[in-house]
Amino acid sequence: MSDITKSELDRRSLLRRAAAVGLAATPAVGMLSACVGGGSEEKNDQATGTKSADNPLGIDTKAPVEIVIFDGGLGTKYATDVDTPMYKKKWPESEVKYSATEQIATTIKPRLNSGTAPDMINNSGADMMDFGAIVKAGQAADLTDLFAAPSFDVAGKTVAETLVPGAIEQGTYDVEGGRKPFAVNYSFTVFGMYYNKKLFDKNGWTVPTTWADFTALCDKIKAAGITPFAYAGANASYYMVRAIMTSAAKIGTEQVLKDLDNLKPGAWTAPAIKQAAEAWGQIGVKYMNKSFLGLRHTEVQLQQNQDKVAFYPCGSWLENEQAASITPNFEYAVAPYPSVTTSDQLPATAINAAAGEIYFASTKGSNVQGGKEYLRVMLSKAAALEFTKLTKSLTVVAGAADGQTISPGLTSGNDMLTKAGKDIFMGYLWDTWYKKMNDASLEAVNALMFNGGDAQKFCDTMEKVAQDVAKDSSISKNTRA
Amino acid sequence: MRHGKYPFIIGFLAVPVALYAIFVVGAYLQMFQLSLTDWSGYGTFKNVGFDNFVKLWNDEVVWTALRHNGYLLLLLPIVTIVIALVFAFLLNVGGGSKGGMTQGVWGSKVYRVVFFFPQLLALALVAVIFQRVYGPDKSGMINGLLPDSWEPWLFLADENWALTCILIVLIWQAVGFYVVLFSAGMGSIGQEIYEAAALDGATRITLFFKITMPLLWGNIQVAWIYLGIAAFDAFALVNIMTVNQGGPNNSTQVLSMQIYLNAFKYSQAGYASAIGVVLFFLALSFAWLTLRVTRRDNVQA
Repeated sequence: MSDITKSELDRRSLLRRAAAVGLAATPAVGMLSACVGGGSEEKNDQATGTKSADNPLGIDTKAPVEIVIFDGGLGTKYATDVDTPMYKKKWPESEVKYSATEQIATTIKPRLNSGTAPDMINNSGADMMDFGAIVKAGQAADLTDLFAAPSFDVAGKTVAETLVPGAIEQGTYDVEGGRKPFAVNYSFTVFGMYYNKKLFDKNGWTVPTTWADFTALCDKIKAAGITPFAYAGANASYYMVRAIMTSAAKIGTEQVLKDLDNLKPGAWTAPAIKQAAEAWGQIGVKYMNKSFLGLRHTEVQLQQNQDKVAFYPCGSWLENEQAASITPNFEYAVAPYPSVTTSDQLPATAINAAAGEIYFASTKGSNVQGGKEYLRVMLSKAAALEFTKLTKSLTVVAGAADGQTISPGLTSGNDMLTKAGKDIFMGYLWDTWYKKMNDASLEAVNALMFNGGDAQKFCDTMEKVAQDVAKDSSISKNTRA
Repeated sequence: MRHGKYPFIIGFLAVPVALYAIFVVGAYLQMFQLSLTDWSGYGTFKNVGFDNFVKLWNDEVVWTALRHNGYLLLLLPIVTIVIALVFAFLLNVGGGSKGGMTQGVWGSKVYRVVFFFPQLLALALVAVIFQRVYGPDKSGMINGLLPDSWEPWLFLADENWALTCILIVLIWQAVGFYVVLFSAGMGSIGQEIYEAAALDGATRITLFFKITMPLLWGNIQVAWIYLGIAAFDAFALVNIMTVNQGGPNNSTQVLSMQIYLNAFKYSQAGYASAIGVVLFFLALSFAWLTLRVTRRDNVQA
């Protein structure tokens, strides 16, 4: 062994190698997009056809369309087995070029920058691209004509009219020339506290609606040797941020969250935010131990499936995500976050439900209208229902899955939506608009929940971050009405 | 023969040089250029002069990250080298002399292979394994070994210890390679030197400090630079293992993580390039300084 190493590792070559490693260790950002700053020119070889009642987006019926789907929690079956066949049935001469990837930014970003992008892209997953930056760079197509077009299968309605409230706003950005929609946020997520209905029924525990009931129940659960409430601090603190945001909105209406989105001075120190942070901070102090700070979402979710954790703040994708870990003794159900004060402006049934999962047509594709047409197919009632069946996730197409029994968690989420009635709010957008603020909130919420529940510190920290973002001219800003 | 030399050399060098020029030098030049722009990572950009560097100077998180890199730089090379030297000495010379040949401690052939194992694992794999080793509740490997009555140690969830946990993994992973490197070095030290020293009645400790160390100095110097550069990196472990990628409360934040976050999460590729430029010069000056400070006259055997 020493002979080999001796000949190979003389000092000089090692030094050279050390230097090479040093170079490689300094991530060369420039290298990561093959064509820096390219593709700024408008593409003018777009395939287009004539608009008609049957072809409202004016696609070239013979031109191929290229789509890229994120291969993640939702799978890809809804695209390959539902959307593409539906599209092909309508436009038999237009070929659909399909691919799926887990690495959206890695595969798509260079293509966007070099002006040879796919026509429709599903921007999602851990490697998703910053959509605000894409809009700002002019790489996403204006979807105004898509939403104004007639629905694919609901007669007499435009696409926009078939969607749940807030669905379009979620993908709307401020650009030169006003506020325009650039993304279809396709899946519709209901947020709340998830629990095991069977465990609760067995112990005679009922879902709390007031904070006093909530803490009283937590005491009982704790006495039973179960962690009453927990989230994963290592990589899923944003579930906790959402819980606090939801409580704040229930205390002081959604306006509280809009002020945060608009970076209004003093928005983070508003009484509603502070009250919500205070209440949740105490839950952290009393009911959660510090080990959850170091755990990951998979670990905490598994603990819940094993009845070691009672309440878990999450969204409606949870049931599908945990499908493999659910035992016959486990049945997901979801409850709204309880009212923090007795003078909350929204009722206890009020919930946060929002559209998510971005699909967009790219201006850098060669058949943008075709990409939009594919989106119009996805937004049909028939495609939406199949999507829900396949993924156990609702879509933004209103009422597409009504009357269907698909899974207990989904049914529970649907009930919660019905009970909330008009008190459903979209929530907040600062976490996607301002990534830096998002990351700061993850740290701040961990400090709040695991380091003594100092609500004032939470508010002050976030206020400072928000004002720093507001002052930073390199970050493009959005507003919300 | 002689007239065929240049085409031969050029033929061999052309491809590697071209690859190096495009993928290393080219990328570097582009990074330098980008560091002076406001590029988001998408679309076009404009030049902003040294704005990114001014911003960097005032960025508290970057300073925190720099301090953490400094901590790693201080401890990673020295601890790794000391451990590796001791092991290598034990493997090669520690067993004393037998039949005129110095040899390692009993079973050193096995240890030699075992020590090298961590080097064979991909860093990402090491990170995932140690995530479980450091598990903050009873399911964690270390916590599982502790008595039941003890409160679980938090490891990566503890602000004060998280960075040290990362350091330990870095050391664990690196030691094997340097044991091999130093072993090779020790193998090249002539037997007669040890023999002569042994005849003079030198103990193992004297042998180590008076013979092995000075004759290995070149290797140690190289190891120091190599480990120092590793301390400037640490990206993979921080990215995979830590709470919120650099937390809790930025306690494991390092410069490479900041580059990654700014380039790919915050859409500030220009700013990220500026941090990259700083890191480049830091690593370079470190290597240069180390070579200057540790220069010694070569001991001729």
